[in-house]
Amino acid sequence: MLPVVEAPLHRIDAALAIDAPLTERWLVAFLRDELIERRRISKAVLGLSGGIDSAVVAYLCARALGPENVHAIRLPYRTSSPDSLRDAQRVVDALGINVDTIEITAAVEGYLQAAGDADPRRRGNVMARMRMLVLFDQSARLGALPIGTGNKTERLMGYFTWHADDTPPVNPIGDLYKTQVWALARHLGVPAELIDKPPSADLEANQTDESDLGVTYLTADRILAQILSGYRDEQIAAVGFDPREIALVRRRVEGTHWKRHLPTTALVSGTAINEFYLRPVDY
Amino acid sequence: MSFEVALVQFKPHKGDLDGNLAALRGVFAQLLAGPAPPPQLIVLPEAAMTGYFLEGGVYELSLPADVFAAKLDAQWRAAGGTSPVDIVCGFYENRDGTYHNSALYATLGGAGVRVVHVHRKMFLPTYGVFDEERFLTRGRHLDTFPTPLGAAAILICEDAWHSIMPTIAALKGARLIIIPSASPGRGLAGAGMLESVEHWRATVTLMASEHGVYVLYAGLTGFEGGKGMSGSTCIVSPRGELLASLDELAVAILRAPLDGAEIDLARATLPLLGDLSAVLPDLWYDEALPLPRIEVRDAARR
Repeated sequence: MLPVVEAPLHRIDAALAIDAPLTERWLVAFLRDELIERRRISKAVLGLSGGIDSAVVAYLCARALGPENVHAIRLPYRTSSPDSLRDAQRVVDALGINVDTIEITAAVEGYLQAAGDADPRRRGNVMARMRMLVLFDQSARLGALPIGTGNKTERLMGYFTWHADDTPPVNPIGDLYKTQVWALARHLGVPAELIDKPPSADLEANQTDESDLGVTYLTADRILAQILSGYRDEQIAAVGFDPREIALVRRRVEGTHWKRHLPTTALVSGTAINEFYLRPVDY
Repeated sequence: MSFEVALVQFKPHKGDLDGNLAALRGVFAQLLAGPAPPPQLIVLPEAAMTGYFLEGGVYELSLPADVFAAKLDAQWRAAGGTSPVDIVCGFYENRDGTYHNSALYATLGGAGVRVVHVHRKMFLPTYGVFDEERFLTRGRHLDTFPTPLGAAAILICEDAWHSIMPTIAALKGARLIIIPSASPGRGLAGAGMLESVEHWRATVTLMASEHGVYVLYAGLTGFEGGKGMSGSTCIVSPRGELLASLDELAVAILRAPLDGAEIDLARATLPLLGDLSAVLPDLWYDEALPLPRIEVRDAARR
């Protein structure tokens, strides 16, 4: 009998594998080029939430620009978990970056008082937009560029506040799935407390991303990687994924294409911006 | 005979033609300053003096080939170059109102600038992140041209991803294949190397060894609106050996002496090109191939 070697039926995780040192090198170079070479700005400012995404971005910025040129801002609301402040501080201490803490409670409550009752979803959006308002104002104060911290999974799932989390002009991790952000975090030396805790938008008490989304990040990423590679639902199910989870992920992706674009503008001329008049962002 | 080449892994400022030409003058000055003698051929990447992703800006930054060559010549002379030097440089070409992604082979300095050859990119990537054919017209010819090392051909970026291109170039006599490229790096799963660079390395080493040609690959570097040009400039011997290389992000010069005798030896050791020449008519005149058929002369069937 000859030995039989079989190819795996499906290389599910190949699309999610990263060489973390290579990824770090590439993203650090990206940040240097985008800030220093293109915009002549040597400082970065970012909202440091205590979660893994902003921690990874803080590490990348510190390596690209030097810790003295990175300004982290903690933006707690009155219901924010104390753990978030503490975990953000772990990153600050580990990197030696600058940090400010600006409470957004008074600003958020001031608006909500004027606006009347708001459900948790609206309150969360107000908080996210308030944080971005502060971040941009602080960027003007500091002469620093705001850096985005959204990952590819939440961008694809539409799990973010439009024109809030996605607003900064530069984002080093927006093409990395959440599980890839975790892999990069481990390589960068992000404190284990941040890597091991359940991800949370921390807009409500005891909130977690995975309960909000209805699927784990690992499963979501594996399904997303296949959807983006062009596989149909039945092909994804054939390699062992739950059809309900496939449908959930696809529904979120297909229902949120608009969130990944600029506002829709009525085209009425042959010189419509970004339709006929086409110039790249760095031109 | 040794033919000294220098490949410049260049990082342009987007759209700043004059600034990039000034930076090139600095590179020329470095090459002229020694201690090594100046190279006989300088190779620059695709779209080296403007950046690659221009969209509609291509119509503002395109130049006729002779005008572009004159600008290169002015830099060479301003840097103190009195002796002739050959150069390959990618640029966006305005050819009487038709726009191409081109690369020229020109001789600078000496008695006057002379454009030896212009290759117009034939495979314009228009998928995914690429949108070349929205703005440009594809070239229609793959020609060889004379160099001190013998016949050469230029393939621009995706031209080289189609294995028939170096094959035809070699069949037309090319002993040297020059690839100016602007390749956005992608794929992080490779071991220490971007997957797109792994693909390039496999492509250039295989084309060199299959046809017994030197391959000079000059890659653009630097980020363009989030898309990182993957550099990885390299020189490959006619046996398919990687003689020298740069990493993705270096802004640097790669030098090597090329030796025509190495081409002859490689082809003697592995005579694949000769074998192909013999078998080609049987492959080419296969009625199943999707080729337009014009009159086939009996002589060609021999």
